[in-house]
Amino acid sequence: MVLNNIEKLLEKYENGETSIKEEQQLKHYFSQETVAPHLEMYKPMFTYFLGNKQEQFTKDIPLKTRRTFNYKWISVAAVAVLMLGFYFKDPIVASYDSYTYGTYNKPEDALNEVTKSLAMISSHFNKGTSTVNYLKEMDKGTATLSYLNEIENTTSIIFKN
Amino acid sequence: MTQVEFLNIVMPFKDKVFRLAKRLLVSTEEAEDATQEVLLKLWNNKRKMQEYKNIEAFSMTMTKNFCFDKLKSKQSQNLKIVHSNYEDGNTSLQKQVELNDSVDWVSKIIEELPDQQRMIIQLRDIEEYDFDEIAKMLNMNNTAVRVNLSRARKTIREKLTNTHNYGIK
Repeated sequence: MVLNNIEKLLEKYENGETSIKEEQQLKHYFSQETVAPHLEMYKPMFTYFLGNKQEQFTKDIPLKTRRTFNYKWISVAAVAVLMLGFYFKDPIVASYDSYTYGTYNKPEDALNEVTKSLAMISSHFNKGTSTVNYLKEMDKGTATLSYLNEIENTTSIIFKN
Repeated sequence: MTQVEFLNIVMPFKDKVFRLAKRLLVSTEEAEDATQEVLLKLWNNKRKMQEYKNIEAFSMTMTKNFCFDKLKSKQSQNLKIVHSNYEDGNTSLQKQVELNDSVDWVSKIIEELPDQQRMIIQLRDIEEYDFDEIAKMLNMNNTAVRVNLSRARKTIREKLTNTHNYGIK
C-alpha cells in the first residue's frame, strides 16, 4: 500500500472524517509486522482496537421464565364456587318457607293472636319501667348535697378580699 | 417470545454491550454485572421488544445509561470501583513485553479520556458503528460525535507520540 495514501488517511482519520472502510484499511495496514518508522506510534492504537474487539462476554444470562398468572382461571373458580353455593342453598330455603311461616285462615284468629302477643310485650315493658323507679332516690341525695353551696359562698367572700 | 428467539436476537451484540460497559466501568466484574442487568431488563420487557426499531442501538443506549447510573451511585457512596483484572506477566520475550506495554498504554490513555469521548472511541473505533447510529445511541447530533471523536483520536495520538518518543508519560 502506498505510504502516501496511509498518511492522507491518517489525517482524515484524526479529523473524524474517515469512513468505516477507510478505517478498516488503516487497521489492516497497522496490523502488519513492519510499519513505516515515523508512523510507529499509531501501531499500538490500532492493535488495541483490533485486540479489544476479541473480548467477549462469557457469563451466562440467567433468564427466568416468569410464569405469568392466568387470570382466566380465577373467573372459572369463582363460577364454580357460585354454582356450588346455589346448589346447596336452594333446598334449605324451600323447607324454611313451607314450615315456619304459617298463616291463619280466619281473620279473628289472627287478631286474637296479635293482641295476645302485644299484651305480652306491654306487660313485660311495664315490669321493666317499675324497676327503674328507685332512680328517684338519686334526686333525694342530690337535694341533701345543696348545703355545699354554703362553702361556695364563703370562698367567694375570701376571694373578694 | 421464547428464550431461544430472545437469545438469537441478543447474542450478536451482547459482547458489544459488555465491552461498552467495561469501557465505562473499567472493572470486568462490574461490566459483567451491568451486561447481565441490561440483558435481563430486555428479557423482562420482551413484549415491548418488537416495538423497538433497532434493538441493538436501544440496548447500547440502555447500557450507557445504566453505567452512568452505576457510576453516579458509586460516586455518591464515595466508593471507587476496584478492578482486579491484572494480567499475569509471564511473557518472556522483550519484544512482546514492549508491545503489550504500548497496547496497555492505549487502554490507559483511553481510560483518562472524558466519558463522552471514551464511549465514542469505543463505539466507532472498536465496534465500528455508523456515525448516525452512534449519534442515535448517545442522543447527540452527528457533528458533535465527529468533533468528539476527532478530539479523542488526537489526544490518544499525542499521548502515544509522547510515550513513544521519550519512553515516559
